[in-house]
Amino acid sequence: MKRFIGFIKKEFYHIFRDRRSLFILFGMPVAQILLFGFAITNEINNVDIAILDHSKDATTKEIINKIAASKYFSINQFIEKESDIEVVFKKGKVKAVLNFEKDFSKNLIKENHANIQVITDATDPNTANTISNYVNAILQNYLKEQNKSLTAAYQIVPKTRMVYNPELKSVYMFVPGVMTIILMLVSAMMTSISITREKELGTMEILLVSPLKPIQVIIGKVFPYIFLSIINAIVIIVLSIFIFKMPVQGSLFLLGMESVLFIITALALGILISTISATQQTAMMISLMGLMLPVILLSGFIFPITSMPLPLQVISHIIPAKWFIIIIKAIMLKGVGLQYIWKETLILLGMAVFFIALSVKKYKIRLE
Amino acid sequence: MNNNKVIHVEGLTKMFGDFAAVDAITFDVKKGEIFGFLGANGAGKTTAMKMLIGISSPTSGKASVAGFDVITQAEDIKKNIGYMSQKFALYDDLTVKENITFFGGIYGLSRKHIKEKSAVLIEELGLENVANKLVGSLPLGWKQKLSFSVSLLHDPKIVFLDEPTGGVDPITRRQFWEMIYKAANQGTTVFVTTHYMDEAEYCDRVSIMVNGKIEALDTPKRLKEQFKAADMNDVFLKLARG
Amino acid sequence: MSITISNISKSYKKVKALQDISFEVKPGELFGLIGPDGAGKTTLFRILTTLLIADEGIASVAGFDVITDYKSIRKSVGYMPGKFSLYQDLTVEENLIFFATIFGTTIEENYDLIKEIYIQIEPFKNRRAGKLSGGMKQKLALCCALIHKPKVLFLDEPTTGVDPVSRKEFWEMLKRLQQKNITILVSTPYMDEAALCDRIALIQDGEILEIDTPEAIVKHYPKPIYNVSANNMYQLINYLNDFEPNHSVYPFGEFVHYTDSRSDFNPTELKVYLESKNLSNIKIERTVPTIEDTFMELAK
Repeated sequence: MKRFIGFIKKEFYHIFRDRRSLFILFGMPVAQILLFGFAITNEINNVDIAILDHSKDATTKEIINKIAASKYFSINQFIEKESDIEVVFKKGKVKAVLNFEKDFSKNLIKENHANIQVITDATDPNTANTISNYVNAILQNYLKEQNKSLTAAYQIVPKTRMVYNPELKSVYMFVPGVMTIILMLVSAMMTSISITREKELGTMEILLVSPLKPIQVIIGKVFPYIFLSIINAIVIIVLSIFIFKMPVQGSLFLLGMESVLFIITALALGILISTISATQQTAMMISLMGLMLPVILLSGFIFPITSMPLPLQVISHIIPAKWFIIIIKAIMLKGVGLQYIWKETLILLGMAVFFIALSVKKYKIRLE
Repeated sequence: MNNNKVIHVEGLTKMFGDFAAVDAITFDVKKGEIFGFLGANGAGKTTAMKMLIGISSPTSGKASVAGFDVITQAEDIKKNIGYMSQKFALYDDLTVKENITFFGGIYGLSRKHIKEKSAVLIEELGLENVANKLVGSLPLGWKQKLSFSVSLLHDPKIVFLDEPTGGVDPITRRQFWEMIYKAANQGTTVFVTTHYMDEAEYCDRVSIMVNGKIEALDTPKRLKEQFKAADMNDVFLKLARG
Repeated sequence: MSITISNISKSYKKVKALQDISFEVKPGELFGLIGPDGAGKTTLFRILTTLLIADEGIASVAGFDVITDYKSIRKSVGYMPGKFSLYQDLTVEENLIFFATIFGTTIEENYDLIKEIYIQIEPFKNRRAGKLSGGMKQKLALCCALIHKPKVLFLDEPTTGVDPVSRKEFWEMLKRLQQKNITILVSTPYMDEAALCDRIALIQDGEILEIDTPEAIVKHYPKPIYNVSANNMYQLINYLNDFEPNHSVYPFGEFVHYTDSRSDFNPTELKVYLESKNLSNIKIERTVPTIEDTFMELAK
């Protein structure tokens, strides 16, 4: 046991004395979270729009005021004719044009419906979609208020509610994803680099020709990173709660346990990678290409899996990150307990056991 | 300026913080000389050599190599010298011919020139059978000899050799030194560092660096007389132990 | 027998690193494996320290078989691989404590074994190993290999790239260790170090050229060797090479070692020949062969 502790002590020395690994372990997670949280967002704020008001009556004025008052839009200019629409889009600043037809108020009162054309600049399809959705929401709101004062409501107003994320905050999507990436990075990549570094420096030879059992070496290498990954996970969750006001509806304990499960899986992957890499560079490359990229692209983090071609959907099933993201979102946003995510947890558990068994088997007790 | 001095060093110093890796060394090397530059690891040999070949700037002092100033004309120096280092000599994954062609190109030789030199070189070294084999598959001794020849492709006035015979078997070492003798005989100045003290005896003159300073500079024969030593190894030991 | 090696062979792809190697090392012996890079020294060491499995043959260390009993070997040998693998970012003391701990001992327990060596680096005990000079790293690596009082010590090229002073000190330390009854197997490319061993094996290209005590090996040199010198070394070598009846011409410091192929060779004949080539200051004297001479003769 004493040998083992001596080994772990050494591992901690290595980590804290290497500035690069310190940066990756602590700097990167915080940087990523802040970056994703603040800078990258698919919400809209202060989008410039132009108004083409053919009626210029009290109703249109009210609607326009409502739009101007919202923080999502900022009225850039009022244009007078149709031909101006293309001009204003070409200039680039304006992202949408609201076109109120003639006799708007009159039509609304007499015929119970009036037309507003929402034209969006779809060179960025995501934003365009969001813009028209927001405009629609504001309009529906207005209509609802107006309908209250009428006796007969003829329209069926589709009420759409974004459940669990009413404001469509992108943070809710990014935090689970970023947390997954960072845990994968710290656990898998750092572990694989740590083991291959010993191989590269030649100290692995000495470790092998000693009473230390291979399993002690593996666990010793992995132990500091479990510890540090858990700290990282806590930091990320704390940041999410306090800075981004992201709720954690479910049990923090369950969240912690599932995170530990995922960390162990990632660590096993790190060990596996080290058994097939001779140099640190190789280990880093394989970790980035073989783990990070699939996680970003195929785990459902950014791109919905259901929209992918079938072969990729199948592949995504074997990526541990995919299951972990489902689990995190379920716990944080929906507040569910184990009874709803037991299937995913079991899958993750199975993967962890499989990778651990495989990496222990492949770990070489000799140089060849 | 004496035309015969191909290397002239005066008070050359390199500081790292307040540590003087090279402490005001002064010496000259004559044309066609085989000059041995010795010293323990950490004595400042490598640092001094880096300044002479133009890849490190001195903190103070001056030096000229092949007539060019090491501070202001470093690029010219690089064009006029040959350099062979133990750590990197040739590309293991290129063939013998490809290596010669590549380095010939880097030194600015014309295609025709490279072709001629290549044929001569391969014949002289007896590498006809392996000319199209990857250098990585050659024994160490052949690699070293080839590397030395490549460093001479562009007929430089001076060639700098950094521990060229480390780990090589004794026969090949001597063949290597015969190549050095030949080059010196043809007028090329050879500046060599080595850990094999018996090789120090092959040099015309030898300097020994201790803690950044040159503590001895003379022919091997006179050094042995001065220190009452049987061989250069003994000279070194007596000098180091004070 | 402390180390026995029988018919060991090992190949990497097409390269035969070791070919049918056999020899033994007695307990408490200081045994030198002498040969240049690529001779197979490191491969043999790795087989003996159980890091590689040979293609053919068997070997045992301290009575344990290298394949079936590898765990026992790993507990009882000290190993210093090439380039003194130490943890660069750990201090001198931390390195030593680490190696002591993983062998289940403490620095104090076997301190008397490393005392003479450690004293020289103790003033630097809080310095990171990466910042030590070559000679100091060498001493630290030796301490780390000895700290658990191994029965057998494997030192793979411990003096390569280190200055002559440190080399000399290192061998003095080895001699003293020998008195504490540790079997030491050392590999080195430096022929002059061979003379300091009890017995040596000359190895080149995976084959053993000869095994014996240094004195016996030198005695086996078949021909008389002459030290030849003249005013111009380069021309001297050339003319000697051109001299038809030569057997070997090798520069050795300020002389050339010359041997003739004839048994009735008369040095005066050589002197006349060299004078005819306009060399002056010619000296030809009989000299004793060195290990290096023998190595080159056997390797030819």
